[in-house]
Formats: sequence, C-alpha cells, structure tokens
Amino acid sequence: MGVSFAAEKAEAERLRAVFAEAGAQPLDCAIMQSAETLLDLYGEDIRARAYVTHDPSRGEMMLRPDFTVPVVEMHMSDGAEPARYTYAGEVFRRQEEHPERPSEYYQVGYEVFDRGDQAKLDAEVFGLFAEVLKPVNLRPVTGDIGILTAAVAGLQTSQERRDALLRHIWRPRRFRALLDRFSGKTPVPATRAAMLAQGAPMATAGPVIGLRSEREIETRIAALRADAAQPALSRGQVELIDAVLAVRETCSFALEHLRDIAVDMPALLPALETFERRCDALSARGVDVAELDFEASYGRSSMEYYDGFAFGFVCESRPDLPPIATGGRYDALTRRLGGGQEIPAVGGVIRPGILLEVAK
Amino acid sequence: MSIKLGVPSKGRLMEKTFDWFGARGVKLSRTGSDREYAGAVEGVEGVSLVLLSAGEIPRELAAGRIHLGVTGTDLIREKLVQWDQKVEPLAELGFGQADLIVAVPAAWVDVDTLDDLDGAAAAFRARHGFRMRIATKYHRLVRDYLRMGGVADYQLVDSQGATEGTVKNLTAEAIADITSTGETLRANHLKVLAEEPVLRSQATLFRSRAAKMNDADREALRVLTEMLGV
Repeated sequence: MGVSFAAEKAEAERLRAVFAEAGAQPLDCAIMQSAETLLDLYGEDIRARAYVTHDPSRGEMMLRPDFTVPVVEMHMSDGAEPARYTYAGEVFRRQEEHPERPSEYYQVGYEVFDRGDQAKLDAEVFGLFAEVLKPVNLRPVTGDIGILTAAVAGLQTSQERRDALLRHIWRPRRFRALLDRFSGKTPVPATRAAMLAQGAPMATAGPVIGLRSEREIETRIAALRADAAQPALSRGQVELIDAVLAVRETCSFALEHLRDIAVDMPALLPALETFERRCDALSARGVDVAELDFEASYGRSSMEYYDGFAFGFVCESRPDLPPIATGGRYDALTRRLGGGQEIPAVGGVIRPGILLEVAK
Repeated sequence: MSIKLGVPSKGRLMEKTFDWFGARGVKLSRTGSDREYAGAVEGVEGVSLVLLSAGEIPRELAAGRIHLGVTGTDLIREKLVQWDQKVEPLAELGFGQADLIVAVPAAWVDVDTLDDLDGAAAAFRARHGFRMRIATKYHRLVRDYLRMGGVADYQLVDSQGATEGTVKNLTAEAIADITSTGETLRANHLKVLAEEPVLRSQATLFRSRAAKMNDADREALRVLTEMLGV
C-alpha cells in the first residue's frame, strides 16, 4: 500500500484534532466488542467481514469492525445532549473477497447526536468533511435512503408486501426479486402453488419437530393465502420505484426530477421536503448543490444502518480503492440500541490510510 | 525431493482412492502397522505418499507442503479463501459424492424455497426474539449461499456432528449438511429445500499451485499425470 502504519496513525491523529477543534469531544472505545450486539444488528453476514474470537468468560467477542455501534451505545447509556464526538483508531475487517486490501486500518470519525434542525446537522457533517478533504481531489456523492423508504411505503399494495420490500431495501438483488414476484413478472414457485392448492396442508405434514410451532406454520400459510389473493403490483407502480432508483444527477436536478415522480406518488413529498431543506442548508454552508452529485440508490448495499442522508467521497482516478470517507444518518440505530430511547444521529468516518495514498 | 501425494488416511475414501490410482497402474499402499500413517507408491518414480486426514489436505495443498492431494470439493471450498488461486482440480474421481444442502423440518409445509426460508426466518425472529438458527459446519459456504439467496434474519450455529439431531434437540431450527442419500434426513423428519444444493461435492484430485518443484519433480509429475490420464 505504500503508507506506513506510523504515517497512517499520525494522519488519524491530525484529523481527530481537526474534528476536536470543530467542537467534538474525543472518545475512545474497546477494540473487543460483544459479538452479540453486532450479530443481532447485522446478522450472519458480519461474520464474513469481521473477526470473531472467543473468550472463555465473556463469550463471543468481535474486533470492532467500526466505531459507530460502540459510540452509539456509549452515548445512549450516559451521553449528555446534544453531543458531538470524534475518535481515531484501528478497525478490523476480514477481506475474503479482496485479500489485497488491508484488514486492519484507521478510521477517524465525527458523530453528532442532536435534536435540533436535522437538515442543518446533515449539512454540518457533510460540510465539515468536504472542508477537511478539500486539499485532495475527491468526488463527493450523496444519497438518501429516506426517499427510497418513502417510495416503498407509498406503493399501492398490501402492508405485508411493503414490509417485505422495506426489509430488503439494503439487498438490491432480493428487493428486485420481490418486486418481480409481486408484480407477477416471475410466477409463484410451483411448490407454493401446490401447497396452497391443498385444503389443509398441515394434515399430511407429519410430526412437528423443533421450536417453530404448528401455529407459526399455520400463520404463515394463512399469510401466503392472503398474499396469493392480492392483485399484482401494477406496472405503473414498479415503474415509479424504478424511476426513483434510477435518479442519478446533481442535487438540484435530482430534486426536480423526484418532484415529477411525486406527482404520481405523493407519499414521496415529506421525504422530498427533507431533501430540499438539506439542499438549502448545504447551500447556506457554502456547498454548491448545483454541482453535488445525488444517487437515489447510494448507500444501499453497504451496512444497513443509514436510514436517511448518506454520503461518500471517492477518488475517481483510483476505482480500485473503497471510498475515502463515508457517512450518513442513522436515527434507527439509536432506537435499536437505545433501550426505549432514541435520538437523531448523523456522522461519518475518514480512512486516513487511503487518504494519504491518494494525496501522494 | 519428490512429488508428495496426500491421500485420506483411513476408511472408504482411502480404499477407493487406492483403487482409483491402482486401476491406472499406480499402486498405493499403507506400510508398517495399521496404526502407522506411512505409505508406499509403486509403479512410478519420484512420488511419495503422505497419509493425512481428509480435512487437513486443503491446508497442506494451499501451503505447498504436498503437490497433489485427494479430498472433497466441499472441504476445499470451505477451508480455502480464493481456492482456485491456490489449487487446481485435475480430476473428479467418481466417488465420495455428496451434496451440501439446506434442510428444514418436513412439517414446514410452507417452506420449500430460499424465498420461503427468508419469510419464515423473518416471522420467526419477530415471534421468538432471535434469529432463526441453522446448524452446520460449513459456515463460509452456507453463508455465501444464503446471502446470494437473499435470506436474512438467520444465524449459523456450529455443529461438528450429529447435525440432523439439532432440530429435535431445539438447538437449531434448520440445518445445512452434507448428504449422500437423504435417509438420515428422513429418519430425523427433515426435508431438503427444493433448490440447487449449496454445493455438489465429490472426491477430487487437486494440484497445489504453491508447492515448489525442481526439474526431477516436474518430470515425475508429468509421468504421473500421464499415467493417470489427467
């Protein structure tokens, strides 16, 4: 990679000092984190990306794959409000698909927990990252998972179908497969059709073993019957979703384009107001939104905690490298880790190692 | 130096491997006492036999400590990251066939596809407060398979043996395991999903891409592969 650990660490400390100067409180957290929390949040896939180890008394532990979860946990347990935090430290990622990428590297973060004007806070984080990264020629790209969520929530179909799509927003392939099925583009699997054709499929099922009870099976059969009775999702509705997903232009044009789509899908309007307020706040902070790229599907295939604004800074001359910085809004994460409490949160991280590499 | 050939050290896999090589004029045998893992090669020069547990053969091939090895495709794919850069399959040996499959209780009449499994997993998590457990020892293969299939809300639990019994014992809701006939599954009231298996495996002769060779070794390997017709 050509950047020494010492140089990477020094750059991490420099960036953390910049964030502290901007008003963030420096924070540190343990390298070994409870695997349970992370597994519960991300599911089994996290095992393919993180190092899991075993401690005889504490059970399964994970080398922190990022700081966001421990920082949220710390804030939710004893943080003052509002709060701005910064941290710098190593994170650990298994690189099975890309063995040439480092499995241990620094991240420097800036995270904001604040109930104030959310558009302004989005702009604060993005603006700060843009200033810090200004000396290097990077392309910023933004997205908004909230617009996608609103589009799905506005679909004219059953709540169960909308829920299934929402659950898979972060898995584009599966999302597409569900859309194809709900719209009748792919037929109902033969096994399901055969099962539903039986009057009482459980009659010949044999002994029920395991924790999943007969009642749970019956409940799902009933849900499948109800789903089979649903009319197909109309072609027009699928086209609206596709149109939203395909939006890829500068923020100003994207907003206009999405407003056009919202004529047929008014459920988008609240999310578009959020988007517009963010654009205004970004402008007020000196970001040229007429030049800033927006991709409706940005932030969709990474870790599933960004649920609103999402951004990244990429080096266009080095497509082999991951983004140099990423960030976004993760309100839902604070709700899931907050034990009954929640607070709007937005933040991001820079990777000093690859920042130095592209700056060379 | 010589070409080192790694072969499973016991059981039917060893016997069938010996038969396969024997039918091609290369006689493999165990030497010394029954408990001693030493072997001999007759019929070809410059090749030595190393008897190993089938599960260790992938690692030895990847490290280049053996030049050739016989083991199941399942073990190669599970244990080696980027396996195709480390070993080259030379020949499928026509035995040791087994599929790595996902199985659920036969009473789950509502679950036949991965799509169903995902739907059932979502409902299970909502009802029980934890992710649906799938018992297996093939963590990487199964995880990749389920990710490609779009299954969420599951977790893998490690099971190194008697995996079919985990559902009845309430330590898992479903399993992913190697099966050759399916009889054990039926006996345990399980059924295989109506999907392509995670992997179709059989005993395969692999060549290490990492093992060092001198000129004499290269010649020995050439003669051996010619005799074997691979």
